[in-house]
Amino acid sequence: MYAFEYHRPSSIKEAASLARKLADAKLIAGGQSMVPALKLRLARPTAMIDLNDLPELRGISVVGTNVVIGALTRHAEVAASKDVLMTLPVLAKVAAGIGDHQVRNMGTLGGAIANNDPAADYPAALLGLGATVTTNKRDIPADKFFTGMYETALKPGEIIASVSFPMAKRAAYIKFRNPASRFALVGVFVSETAGNVRVAVTGAAPCVFRVKNMEKALASKFAPEAIARIRVPADNLNSDLHAGAEYRSHLITVLAQRAVEAALSGK
Amino acid sequence: MNAPVIGTRVERKEDYRFLTGSGTYTDDVALPGQTCAYFLRSQHAHAKINRIDISKAKTAPGVIEVFTGADLPGSVGGLPCGWLITDVNGQPMKEPKHPLLAQGKVRYVGDHVAVVIAETLNQAKDACELIEVDYEVLPAVVNVADARKPGAAQVHDIAPDNTCYVWALGDKTAVDKAFAQAAHVTKLDFINNRLIPNAIEPRAAVASYSRGDDSYTLYVTSQNPHVARLLMTAFVLGLPEHKLRVIAPDVGGGFGSKIFLYAEETVLTWASKQVNRPIKWTAERSESFVSDAHGRDHLTSAELALDKNGGFLALRVHTTANMGAYLSTFASCIPTILYATLLAGQYTTPAIYCEVTAVFTNTAPVDAYRGAGRPEASYVIERLVSTAAREMKIPDADIRRRNFIKEFPYQTPVALCYDTGDYEATLTEALKLADVAGFEARRKEAAARGKLRGLGYSAYIEACGLAPSNVAGSLGARAGLFEAGEVRVHPTGKVTVFTGSHSHGQGHETTFAQVVADRLGLGVDDVDIVHGDTGRILFGMGTYGSRSIAVGGTAIVKALDKIVAKGKRIAAHLLEAPDADIEFKDGKFTVAGTDRQVPFAQVALSAYVPHHYPLDKLEPGLNESAVYDPTNFTFPAGSHICEVEVDPDTGATKIVNFTAVDDFGKTINPMIVEGQVHGGLAQGIGQALLEACVYDRETGQLLTGTYLDYAVPRADDLPSFKVTTRETPCTHNPLGVKGCGEAGAIGAPAAVINAIVDALAHLGIRDIEMPATPQRVWQALQSAKKERIAT
Repeated sequence: MYAFEYHRPSSIKEAASLARKLADAKLIAGGQSMVPALKLRLARPTAMIDLNDLPELRGISVVGTNVVIGALTRHAEVAASKDVLMTLPVLAKVAAGIGDHQVRNMGTLGGAIANNDPAADYPAALLGLGATVTTNKRDIPADKFFTGMYETALKPGEIIASVSFPMAKRAAYIKFRNPASRFALVGVFVSETAGNVRVAVTGAAPCVFRVKNMEKALASKFAPEAIARIRVPADNLNSDLHAGAEYRSHLITVLAQRAVEAALSGK
Repeated sequence: MNAPVIGTRVERKEDYRFLTGSGTYTDDVALPGQTCAYFLRSQHAHAKINRIDISKAKTAPGVIEVFTGADLPGSVGGLPCGWLITDVNGQPMKEPKHPLLAQGKVRYVGDHVAVVIAETLNQAKDACELIEVDYEVLPAVVNVADARKPGAAQVHDIAPDNTCYVWALGDKTAVDKAFAQAAHVTKLDFINNRLIPNAIEPRAAVASYSRGDDSYTLYVTSQNPHVARLLMTAFVLGLPEHKLRVIAPDVGGGFGSKIFLYAEETVLTWASKQVNRPIKWTAERSESFVSDAHGRDHLTSAELALDKNGGFLALRVHTTANMGAYLSTFASCIPTILYATLLAGQYTTPAIYCEVTAVFTNTAPVDAYRGAGRPEASYVIERLVSTAAREMKIPDADIRRRNFIKEFPYQTPVALCYDTGDYEATLTEALKLADVAGFEARRKEAAARGKLRGLGYSAYIEACGLAPSNVAGSLGARAGLFEAGEVRVHPTGKVTVFTGSHSHGQGHETTFAQVVADRLGLGVDDVDIVHGDTGRILFGMGTYGSRSIAVGGTAIVKALDKIVAKGKRIAAHLLEAPDADIEFKDGKFTVAGTDRQVPFAQVALSAYVPHHYPLDKLEPGLNESAVYDPTNFTFPAGSHICEVEVDPDTGATKIVNFTAVDDFGKTINPMIVEGQVHGGLAQGIGQALLEACVYDRETGQLLTGTYLDYAVPRADDLPSFKVTTRETPCTHNPLGVKGCGEAGAIGAPAAVINAIVDALAHLGIRDIEMPATPQRVWQALQSAKKERIAT
């Protein structure tokens, strides 16, 4: 690890001002991606701004037909939350499937989506539910938030405060794990909210994306067979040691069908 | 009378220490004035070093010294190879120098270029980044097929065509003749995938130098500290052997990778005198991936000739084995002596010929990894046998039974002589335990759910208890393979045993204590086992090849025999009876046919307080040692049956049942044996389904250098194993033991792949390369589908 300045602000305002002021500073929440990168000397920030003293960033609440989760809420808290389990159980399941116990006890919603790892689970949930990201500046719809590999719409000094997830009539997330990393080799999130069907795919491409032709087919008939013949072309999909683009393309269709099946059965 | 302790599930004595975090591993050692070392490693697979500039690094904060290859005196040698293979033309293998720090060239990613010694690790790392190396990058070659192609990059000038040796075993003429007359020939080509050992504790060393008496102490993660000392002093550093003490304290797993003498601990020992301060180095996980010796990596073409009834006539095997960039300590004997000699398996195949070409590549050195040669041999045989069975429509169990060796001792056509075995018994038991009779029903039930079930067999054999020194010597070993043990009985009758075996997860502290407790009629807690310290232990060849109980255990038994013999003479004096009348049983010396007896502890006390003692005939004290050189290998064998379920939509394979029936001879502690089998199976299944060390074919970069890309098995990759043992005692050691450490890793891979192929055979699939990842299985299904459409 290289040496860096360490800041632990006590308000979002102070955190944002530090982030604007300090060049090459990094925000740190749960640190589950950042700390390994530091230890491997892959990241060399001049300063770290630790958000862990900002309780206003934590917590889970149900607001109307939405579940609102603070950015600093740990995956384990989401997984165990009665509110989430009652109103949007699929999200608890997504959180419970991230990493391992250690990761879930430290990792946060805000950190996960700000990092936007191409194989992360939460981006699929945000995009697959049409969630809204609230920062200290504005509201950003999920469709606009994830812009590319490890890239988001966040601007310098912008800090995620919370994410608002609409409740779903039915939804499911099916992840096929990379045998080594256990990240999603391909993960498909399917949901049906008030008159709106969404299919979001993670792990398969540089950034999470929606499969609009599957959404359309499912909107007219929410059943696995409706999408059995819909293929996402392999052209823009990832190809690596563990899965070529063709295989990923195939898995998207298989997993999307399984997700629809799971959504229908409520499991 | 004490309850019997041999054959009982005594809880591991060492577990309290390990589970409460009170073990002492090398990295726990903290010596006064200790410094930290960090190695600069090559980021290129193959490059000429034009210049190294260490001037900035030397003046960086906290830096004590920086050494490169140029700083090592000419008297310092390279890392030696402990086994000389003589090629088919009678020429010695090519042994390029394996420098401690690169000399003008680097030959694999991770090759050690320089070492920085600093006050803190972070300072050493910072300084390392200031070393400027002017590399001239050369083309690299990483796989064995490419290495032999004309025009391939040459790893060493002294090894043309990258060939270390071409070696052969067996009667080629007899094999060719048998093939000419065969009713059926089954042929398969295999890659035995390259593996990275991944011991949970990375390699580490702490070296210190004492100016007062010009001596060194090295703490190191070693499976055989005496061998490390011998090689390091006599063959590399030119130090007097008695001036180096090597301590291998608690060691967290080795799987072979900690047998070898590595550059890091050797450099540290040398450098500790130069800087006159203790130096610590602990590998980070990333370093372990690139610099631990890897395992396997064979390319093989094999053929089995059969008669019309499925009787085996002959086996022909051609293997090209990857040695990596340099010869590691035992690299040369793994794909030869520990591989080709096992190709008879459990069968009476009368003629066998095996040719092995060992090649250098721009990859980390390859050496013994759990099973070492024997998993590769077992895989060749058992994949061929199951394939032949399918082709000839003979059930798997039947073709094996038809060819089992049934009479012992059995001289194989590939040099080994099996002393004993009962292959029919392990197979029969495995068939029962795996409920093979109910398989077809389970297959149908799975098919109804859209899943493909398969059943795979593997009847493996291994040669353990390495080894008769004279035999090993005639085959090229440059060391003996005996073991030493010492039993020190204290005045109170408590016992400390010093063994040359080394425990790094095997549970010797318990198993060996059970042997001693049984022999002397003591409690297991009355006996402590000491290992891993050249300063305390007579000598030792260490632990590998499942040799500890068979060789190390026997040395202890031999020493115990001497203790009992001396005890009898002391007891005879105390009981005023002739020596010959004394019997020893259940911890008491008794005058035969009388009730006159004296307990063991009293005899021990007499030995140390010799007031009433035959001083004219016997020395005081009760301390005996023995060195045991085995007369033969031991031959553990067994039958593994694997049942898988393949999801044809994703290609994912799930192991739903795994049965292992092993014959390890007598078992001392069944719980520890089961643990060893479980661990071995996990690694064998890991090889079959998950693990693959992959280098980039062009650049020679390690593509699987973290756990994000290298898949080690996790608990949920594995089923709940069904394991049991049969006991056919070894005929040539007093405990009747054979060894159990590697069996799982040897038997499992073929069982798993045979099961997957069985699940997919009806679709026209005949082979799946290891590891059978979901993508690979899916691709095989796709190709098979295309072929079916085409025809």
